Amino acid sequence: MSLLLDAGTVVLVAAGLLFFAAGTLGLVRLPDGLSRIHALTKADNVGLALIVLGLLPQAPSLLAAVKMAAVWLLAQFASGAVAQVMAEAAMAEAPMAEAAMAEAAEQEAQR
Amino acid sequence: MSLLFDGLLCLLLAGGALAAVASPAPRAAVLAFMGYGLLLGLAWARLKAPDVALTEIAIGSGISGIVLLRAAAGARPADAATAGPGATGRALAAAVSVAVALALAAMVLALPEPAPSQAADAAAALPATGLGNPVTGVLLAFRALDTLLEKIVLLLALVGVWALARDPKWRGRPAPLFEGAAPAPSAFLARILVPIGVLVGIYLLWTGADAPGGAFQSGATLAAMGLLALMGGIAPLPDAGSRRLRAVLLAGPFGLLAVGFLGWASAGAFLAFPPGIEKLVIKTVEVAITASIALTLILVVLGPPAGEERP
Repeated sequence: MSLLLDAGTVVLVAAGLLFFAAGTLGLVRLPDGLSRIHALTKADNVGLALIVLGLLPQAPSLLAAVKMAAVWLLAQFASGAVAQVMAEAAMAEAPMAEAAMAEAAEQEAQR
Repeated sequence: MSLLFDGLLCLLLAGGALAAVASPAPRAAVLAFMGYGLLLGLAWARLKAPDVALTEIAIGSGISGIVLLRAAAGARPADAATAGPGATGRALAAAVSVAVALALAAMVLALPEPAPSQAADAAAALPATGLGNPVTGVLLAFRALDTLLEKIVLLLALVGVWALARDPKWRGRPAPLFEGAAPAPSAFLARILVPIGVLVGIYLLWTGADAPGGAFQSGATLAAMGLLALMGGIAPLPDAGSRRLRAVLLAGPFGLLAVGFLGWASAGAFLAFPPGIEKLVIKTVEVAITASIALTLILVVLGPPAGEERP
């Protein structure tokens, strides 16, 4: 039984790490802010969920398990809401950045 | 395995520190500094110093980070006259930093084994305070004078921030954090997260007597929740002229000072606690200190008053 649980832990945590790696890849490689935020929040939420799920059988007590689940819930909630806040800020900044880029291109053209 | 992890952590720390000083844009430098603070917290946790880890993450990375971010957002782009030190200055600063780091490393490596420490004395005297967490015991009983001065320094920092306000404005409220209504996600986050965070903050203070936690960690958590409530628009900005606000600011340092003077009457020494009820007195004064820390940190982040002009 414990062997089965340990195997489950290894599989789930490895899957969670894969999601984190994918999210990090998205953060580094995707072209603009909005898609980076998207990649990061999706991957982190599922990745953290899988890692917490994988670690639950290893929890020394029920209280520790509940704490881990609470950490996941809070991280999920905060990351979702913060993604929205950041996206709104990025949208507000985007016209300014576009204007700056257009200006730079114009200067380039004049040269 | 742990050697691999620690080595990786050290490399990341060095990388984070380098990014913080080498980034040309202020915002990128501040973000690198905040990431560096989180990694430093992890390093303290690896050194089995959870109290320091909590403080580093809450104050060193979180609150300092948001103060710096606001400063970076308000900073005008540097021109030639106000630009930082030139190449020689930078090289000199780098050389001095490296020399200090090398000297510290040499000193740590030269320590005899086991390193000289007063930890055993502190642990032996701890039962007299009625506390279970040696860090809280050291901060509030054995080295209470340091803690008192620390609180006064914090108050002076706020006086420094307030001193940046123009005379006619300085009784008002700080500049608003957003124009118009608060963004909906911030308001939602504030409504859900603030009650939970306040509970965590109070728990950190309460558990600080016997486990990692205490006034500074709790104050920083409560300050973060206060700022979240302000960002979500569910709390009004504090008025720098309010008497109640100033009373809370002064409660911590002057509460500790009052206990200090009472120490002469009850226990025969400055900052000595009355025998028998040490824990009660320590926890009571910690509550006042926590309230002062939380409010001071919030006001430092918000910046100088910029409210209604007065004639």
